[in-house]
Amino acid sequence: MKPFTKHTGLVAPMDRVNVDTDQIVPKQFIKWVTREGYGRVLFYDWRYRDGEVPNPDFVLNKPRYAGATVLLARANFGCGSSREHAPWAIHGYGFRAIIAPSYADIFYNNCFKNGILPVTLPDAQVDELFRKTEQTEGYRVTVDLETQTVTDDSGFRIPFQVDPFRRDCLLNGWDDIGLTLRFEDQISEYERRQKPGATQYSPVKQ
Amino acid sequence: MPPRTMYEKIWDAHVVREEPGQPAIIYIDRHLVHEATSAQAFAGLRAAGRKVRRPDLTFATMDHSIPTKNRHLPLADDVAAAQFAALEKNCRDFDILLFDTRSPQQGIVHVIGPELGLTQPGLTIVCGDSHTATHGAFGVLAFGIGTSEVEHVLATQCLSQFRSKTMLVRVEGKRAPGVTAKDIILAIIGKIGIGGGTGHVIEYAGEAIRALSMEGRMTVCNMSIEGGARAGMVSPDETTFAYLEGRPFTPRGKDFQAAVDHWKSVATDAGAKHDTLVEFHAPDIAPQVTWGTNPGMVTDITGRVPDPNSFKSDVDRRAAESALEYMALKPGTKIEDIAVDQVFIGSCTNSRIEDLRAAARVAAGKKVSASLKAALVVPGSMQVKAQAEKEGLDKIFRAAGFEWRDAGCSMCLAMNDDVLPSGERCASTSNRNFEGRQGKGGRTHLVSPVMAAAAAIEGHFVDVRGWAVDQSE
Repeated sequence: MKPFTKHTGLVAPMDRVNVDTDQIVPKQFIKWVTREGYGRVLFYDWRYRDGEVPNPDFVLNKPRYAGATVLLARANFGCGSSREHAPWAIHGYGFRAIIAPSYADIFYNNCFKNGILPVTLPDAQVDELFRKTEQTEGYRVTVDLETQTVTDDSGFRIPFQVDPFRRDCLLNGWDDIGLTLRFEDQISEYERRQKPGATQYSPVKQ
Repeated sequence: MPPRTMYEKIWDAHVVREEPGQPAIIYIDRHLVHEATSAQAFAGLRAAGRKVRRPDLTFATMDHSIPTKNRHLPLADDVAAAQFAALEKNCRDFDILLFDTRSPQQGIVHVIGPELGLTQPGLTIVCGDSHTATHGAFGVLAFGIGTSEVEHVLATQCLSQFRSKTMLVRVEGKRAPGVTAKDIILAIIGKIGIGGGTGHVIEYAGEAIRALSMEGRMTVCNMSIEGGARAGMVSPDETTFAYLEGRPFTPRGKDFQAAVDHWKSVATDAGAKHDTLVEFHAPDIAPQVTWGTNPGMVTDITGRVPDPNSFKSDVDRRAAESALEYMALKPGTKIEDIAVDQVFIGSCTNSRIEDLRAAARVAAGKKVSASLKAALVVPGSMQVKAQAEKEGLDKIFRAAGFEWRDAGCSMCLAMNDDVLPSGERCASTSNRNFEGRQGKGGRTHLVSPVMAAAAAIEGHFVDVRGWAVDQSE
């Protein structure tokens, strides 16, 4: 897994609540069998007009947000479908961190598997960051997982909470499967004890 | 031992390892796989030189992109065909049972699991699909996972998980005729909000839940994720055991009795504590219709499209404004005055035999409105389709002017050819009314199967409670 320690970058505001993963990556792109190539289709239906012509009204298409790497969002970001294509697209576009008041559970979990840090901050502080981002062209923040802070160069500094285990995994870029397989003996022991199985009693035709 | 919730019992029985401050490693009893979220997981497995630990606990089907007609012809969509080919190869290489496009058991993953008897009380079930909570209707801890976790389960048959909080949603009293499981869950989501269940596993209980068939309970649990909860559960009871008896993967004879004895022990103990309690009175619930672009934007059939200015917070007001613009609706419009262009009866929420029976009773002897451009009935599985045809439901639907299709996810998310055109409005029995969900620019209103059938007949939403049809389940 890709590690995340500290990142400084341009902030782009996504000022909508309940942004669902169908908007982050529409269905036609979840037919692909790769993990790459989704950056181009991030927010596809909002971002493009017919013929994949960029929609100038969409926030990420505004020149001042070109090259943004920190996504500022509203509550319940990433709700809906479990598609991991959503964090693949967010990372593929270039975002390394998200800041929002809350996230949907599956999306939040998927971010950590893909080297994206989803920072959770209270509404008031997210509001403040929206104001700063809109008022100051080129507004950048530093998201530091080691110190668990979001800072900017004007003295703004907010601490954030993150589960210590998830933090360690992301800082080190640990492979989740490898972590679990350290306890393979215990998995085998569980199987000997519980005998999980699925017996077919009447035929089903494949 | 102090009284425990069903969630706690199932969790405790599946812990492989649990240390303070770390996620537990829990064992997964059934891993359901489909084409849209698995290819990258198998690729990761191969790249790391790993094997599928328990192919005998892994079951696959093709549902998301599958066409619902002309299956005897080669697939016209090359990208979907490549995804199917990848799943076929992965199942062959790793020895996984696959219900492919030609199988009489093919269907939507959350319809075939219960139908085959793979879903049994007390189990843990995961799938790379957010509607996996459906299986919770049987007293199962079932939840959706991302593709990295699909790979994790393939490799280890375990998941690394934190314990969730639990929310008890109690629905007491009796539903009115014409009010269905779909209306119950939409009313719940309307109240708790689409993020209200985040971090929680929901347990649904109370007289109105116990009175539901397994199909109805599956509809309720299915949409838990639309309230933000990864899992939703109902304590197993005689209704559950009766549904399971005789299914291909259900134990037989003496083993069945032993299984039932065990399954009974899964139910939540009297006096067990939940973190949150939400209560509903079933007689107060009317048929529900969504007006906006998420399932929480919902109201009674007798209601009106709300005024965005009636929302307290600025973000909610702007969300409602944006939703009404996308939906091309004016505040104050009566829900019954909204005309529809298409009707879709199907999806993992509402495509089971009881759903089709209920919709057929409404459509029987009537005609789909001439104003409609299309009305689709898509059974959840080929077995549901076969059963419906045995009962003559296909003839009722066809005579009324509905199209009768093969099984799949279809227009719930429009990954196949069943796409709602831009600007058209659909009464849909599916689970998500997100922008573009049924097709870019398409406008979705979520309703129950009987409400969808009635909208098809009238060409606009109508209160099905006034209809003289048998609305028992």
